[in-house]
Amino acid sequence: MLVLSTNDVTKSFGGLTAVNQFSFDVPEGKIYSVIGPNGAGKTTFFNCITGFYEFDGGKIEFMGEMLNGKSTDQITRLGVSRTYQNIRLFSNMTAVENILVGHHPHFKTYWFEALIPTKRILQEEAEALEEALHLLNFVGLKGLGDQLACNLPYGAQRRLEIARALANRPKLLLLDEPTAGMNPNETVEMIEFIQRLRDELGITILLIEHDMKVVMSISENIGVMDFGTKIAEGTPKEIQRNPQVIEAYLGRGAADG
Amino acid sequence: MIDNKTYSLKDIIKTGLLSGLIALSLSVIGFITLLNKRELVAGILSLGHVFLFSPLIAFAYLSAVRIKDEGKYKILGSGFLIGILTSIPLLILALIEHFYDIRQFLVNVSPDLMEILLFNQGIVAGSIILMLGMGLVGLLAAGLQTLPENIRGPITYALTWTLLIGTFSEILSGRLRSFFGPQFVKIIFVRKALNPLVAGILLLFFAGLEINTQKRKKRDDVKRPWKNLDPRIKNGLGMLLLLLLPLVLGTYLTEVVNNVGLYVLMGLGLNIVVGFAGLLDLGYVAFFAIGAYVMGILTTQGHLGFVSMSFWTALPFSVGAATLAGIMLGIPVLRMRGDYLAIVTLGFGEIIRILALSDMLKNQFGGAQGILQIPKPNIAGFDLVKPEFLFYVILLGVLLALFVSWRLRDSRLGRQWMAMREDEDVAEAMGINLVSTKLLAFATGAAFSGLAGAIFASKLTSIFPHSFNLIVSINVLCLIIVGGLGSLPGVVVGALILVGLPELLREFAEYRMLMYGALLIVMMLLMPEGFIPSEVSKRELHAHEIQD
Repeated sequence: MLVLSTNDVTKSFGGLTAVNQFSFDVPEGKIYSVIGPNGAGKTTFFNCITGFYEFDGGKIEFMGEMLNGKSTDQITRLGVSRTYQNIRLFSNMTAVENILVGHHPHFKTYWFEALIPTKRILQEEAEALEEALHLLNFVGLKGLGDQLACNLPYGAQRRLEIARALANRPKLLLLDEPTAGMNPNETVEMIEFIQRLRDELGITILLIEHDMKVVMSISENIGVMDFGTKIAEGTPKEIQRNPQVIEAYLGRGAADG
Repeated sequence: MIDNKTYSLKDIIKTGLLSGLIALSLSVIGFITLLNKRELVAGILSLGHVFLFSPLIAFAYLSAVRIKDEGKYKILGSGFLIGILTSIPLLILALIEHFYDIRQFLVNVSPDLMEILLFNQGIVAGSIILMLGMGLVGLLAAGLQTLPENIRGPITYALTWTLLIGTFSEILSGRLRSFFGPQFVKIIFVRKALNPLVAGILLLFFAGLEINTQKRKKRDDVKRPWKNLDPRIKNGLGMLLLLLLPLVLGTYLTEVVNNVGLYVLMGLGLNIVVGFAGLLDLGYVAFFAIGAYVMGILTTQGHLGFVSMSFWTALPFSVGAATLAGIMLGIPVLRMRGDYLAIVTLGFGEIIRILALSDMLKNQFGGAQGILQIPKPNIAGFDLVKPEFLFYVILLGVLLALFVSWRLRDSRLGRQWMAMREDEDVAEAMGINLVSTKLLAFATGAAFSGLAGAIFASKLTSIFPHSFNLIVSINVLCLIIVGGLGSLPGVVVGALILVGLPELLREFAEYRMLMYGALLIVMMLLMPEGFIPSEVSKRELHAHEIQD
């Protein structure tokens, strides 16, 4: 079954077409990577999927449901969650509070029920907290729940951002350069962690990544983007041998010689 | 933060002259002369003296803190030097005034001021006393720094409390008279000021008290009998105290507390909008005005009235109308942030005031004449005319608003607001519906303000458009910033300081805005997170200190 399927998605800013008729399919349970040089339109494409940008043409389907015209929060509620290239945590809230915000779509009580602390709402809050602590544990930040997000070390912030996205209980997780700014050790840990996400939680993962080592070692499928269009798609091995990809990355002539 | 080594003689001279210039400007604008009318200790000390010396004391102490490792003599010397330097601008003023008449340029350089500066002496003797006196005060203030904590603590504690009691001795003596009779008051107070002997006893008493606490702290057995009490009993006792408050305070002070209460109510509302949700609203007075006008129109017995409802029937309409206005303001500004939002809301506040003032709606809202003959709240046929009775209505409102704020802050909605304050885009990407979250913030804030407005109208029995100026919005914003943005006890403290204190220092009304401005500047420099910061922002602003 296809988790995500896009068809001729186009997004332009004035005269610049950032994403040009981009089509691809992500099957369930796969780790799919989108790569491409800087400014190829990868993050713009992410923003189209999550509804942050309204795209100009084409359609995006998630689990068979059209995402066109849906707002960001509606799309999140359907089960698409994301992290950001430059970490965007709620810096002045604690780690647990960050995760609890992610849990937001799964609260069933109304806001005004908080005024009369009924058993129902107390129980719901307790369950949410338990799940948040569990997630904190899962991403390896046990005991740091009361720290302000901005006081956490860089690697922990990346993990917390993923934990917050997981609290949405997504079916599809979009990771925007999860290893950016990490040292080789941290990168290896992150690769293992992303694999665990898929294996243990069964979440389909769509990844934007610059680091070729990361991409080649964890992706099952790769789509290559350049100037907003898809120039290649296939398994890591196929991509590594694709002359167009080499040209996009290393420049004209590199493929021949 | 401050490099000790670069703090040299040159800096001490600069500090001294700066303190002198502050003392000079306070004198020249007539502030000192005015404050001199309030005596703290009869015949010895007035509030004017306190303010004349306060820049010196502050600067001498602070510079002593900076050079605290450089030996006693240097510290004491710097204090003395700063004191002498502080006196110089004042001496120059006194000399010029002595030889030329500069009163035609500087109206406030009056003989009264000269008397204060020269301690009722001639120009020569007075100058020497002023100079040496200031040197001595500077020396003592700097010397305070050299004392060990167990001596410094009691001294500052005793001085602070005695000065506070002295400042408010007029109010205190009034209250004590009604409880213990004039004979008792005569022992303690002389002409609305503390009896010098009593002041001395108070100093010793407070010093002893502090020494005692310190000793206990050292032995680690600080007596806190209330600590082990059941929280329900604690709350009950607190409640009982609040209920008895009007009896203790008397009419005038209760009236002051009532005004503070109305501002607390507004502050709690704006705290939700600005403190929790991060939406800078500068037109907050609009909801206060709407609450007041709806209450006025629905209840007035004057010619504008058409239904003459009672306070309690009209109250839900007032609050409802304000809430609705909150939502209506919220809808067009959904996509706006920060400065833009501030400007739009500012405009909204003005529109409401101008509508109330306009001739077009004169038949409905009374134009500049406002709405008169609004009845007081009434319980079982009994009009709550006295402030002591209105106190309970306001208390009820404040407690309700506090409860709602507290419950919502710790709930899902509170987290939604804070997430939105931190990063709107990400909050939306976490599945938060920004439209409803924003509108709920505006609506809740407006509801509190509308409630305050309704009580305000009924309390004054008449309302005029000029009561709903921009300055009200700014006051409310200032009080939540001074108290601590996002902090509930902060709102109460902020209102007490910015609304309560100026009421108690009424005779200085002329300089109210000056003191206000100075307080805000000092606050922002020294404690930007407010008097009672909310837990989180405290950690945020001092994060670098925690990491050190």
